Amino acid sequence: MSRWIPLWLHKLGSPPIFYRFAGALRPWFLGLALIAGAVALYGGLVLAPADYQQGDAYRIIFIHVPSAWMGLFVYGVMAVASFIALVWRIKLAEAVAMESAPIGAAFTFITLVTGSLWGKPMWGTWWTWDARLTSELVLLFLYLGVIGLYHAFEDRRQGARAAAFLAIVGIINVPIVHFSVNWWNTLHQGSTVRILGPSKISGDMLWPLLTMMVATKLYYVASLFGRVRADLLELEGGKDWVRRIATGEVVPGEQA
Amino acid sequence: MSQFLAMGGYAAYVWPAYAVFFVVLFADFIAPLLRRRRNLRELRARLARQSARQQRTAAPPVTP
Amino acid sequence: MNQASVSHACAAVLRRDLTLAWRRRGDIAMPVLYALIVATLFPFALGPEDALLQRIAGGVVLVTVLLAMLLALDAMFRSDIEDGSLEQLVLAPQPLALMLGMKILAHWLTTALPLIVIAPLLAGMLHLPMAVMGVLLLALLLATPMLSLLGAMLVALTAGTRRSGMLLALMLLPLCVPVVIFAAGAVAAAQQGLPWIAPIAWLGAALALALVLAPLACATALRIALDA
Repeated sequence: MSRWIPLWLHKLGSPPIFYRFAGALRPWFLGLALIAGAVALYGGLVLAPADYQQGDAYRIIFIHVPSAWMGLFVYGVMAVASFIALVWRIKLAEAVAMESAPIGAAFTFITLVTGSLWGKPMWGTWWTWDARLTSELVLLFLYLGVIGLYHAFEDRRQGARAAAFLAIVGIINVPIVHFSVNWWNTLHQGSTVRILGPSKISGDMLWPLLTMMVATKLYYVASLFGRVRADLLELEGGKDWVRRIATGEVVPGEQA
Repeated sequence: MSQFLAMGGYAAYVWPAYAVFFVVLFADFIAPLLRRRRNLRELRARLARQSARQQRTAAPPVTP
Repeated sequence: MNQASVSHACAAVLRRDLTLAWRRRGDIAMPVLYALIVATLFPFALGPEDALLQRIAGGVVLVTVLLAMLLALDAMFRSDIEDGSLEQLVLAPQPLALMLGMKILAHWLTTALPLIVIAPLLAGMLHLPMAVMGVLLLALLLATPMLSLLGAMLVALTAGTRRSGMLLALMLLPLCVPVVIFAAGAVAAAQQGLPWIAPIAWLGAALALALVLAPLACATALRIALDA
């Protein structure tokens, strides 16, 4: 037991094996994500009652809050993978870190847009300089910086290592930004509006929210697998196993 | 049904939010698939060029 | 390696960079001129009302100084990368972090210090009250080294790339948000007659931390960006 787990992880780190592994698991994750997402949407849009204060507008919560969680979660995954990539120089960890960045940026972008669409009817404005919104915007810039640095290098692995370093610096920065933005907000006594008051969220609203959270996590894994697969093909372009896939000598258990 | 679509008067905010969610994630999902297909096509073209060049050099030189 | 050779090398790096900067005095004047131009444009855009300008003066001066520093940041290591002397520095037996710290100090002396010197002029043009001037200078004295240190780390990361001005700005923005918030917060608090020592103390603490950690991070970043 204690012997085969490290061995299995070691094997999984090899690009061709991970390529097959990810290819086999990806449809499952995607399917489960779609099912969980459909259940959550049915629960959130149809079954859950309208909020007594916000009416039906609060239903944006079922995508806004899971996306916000994913924005932070993906950043955490990216930072951990970056650390592994820098310390042990594992190619797969580099690919995971760099391919997480666009997904995280997509979720952060969704959070900002849906938050804005929610804010308009509730606060009467598309944007306010509230602590959470501002932190989220800074998070988006962190993601864009990592993506930009990665693509600025001619050599992709070198770019991945530099961007991984930036990702680690960024994760130290996230709590500092949050703290300073909170302080800034109290100083300027701006428009601190609380979407969800201290009131407890009812069970009818909570379970779709949690289901959606699970769905976004599953989706993230599926999307990450797809991206890492594409990335590995590019990185290993000259290797034999990629050549076999390109020429259509399909390995058993591997479709297209 | 139309009552559901109206979202208690907030349809103009709720549905675009959901549309953004799905469009962005769809784009995120489709991009690597397209990239993968393009890479494989380029790789195939490169392999074809390589083997053509090998055949040309392997052919015995014509001596007059 | 003994103490004397390290301090000797530090002094040599500092002297070399300052001499190089002095030979190209025009480049030192550029950020100052830029800051002057930006600060002049604000009254034209917003109108010359005293009250309005007074309210925004502190923030405008801080952001202007930050942008001017950003302008000069790109050039921090460029000539050294082009002539290969940075690689010599990486290979040198002296600790790289210390040598880079000296380079950052030289850069701060040649770009940030002139900006701090003209900051009272800029603030005066925007009618910042005289009483607040001291706090503004203190905030600048603590904030600009932070920006130099953070910026140096990012410049080192982009050392292996083509020219990267815009990318540098994109990467620096999230890092400099807290610095701007606390520096501008101190000035705003002083202007409103509130106690301003807390944000200054936070800035000072952050600077102490950055002084130790940023050169080390800078050295690591440079090694990552230069190794092939």
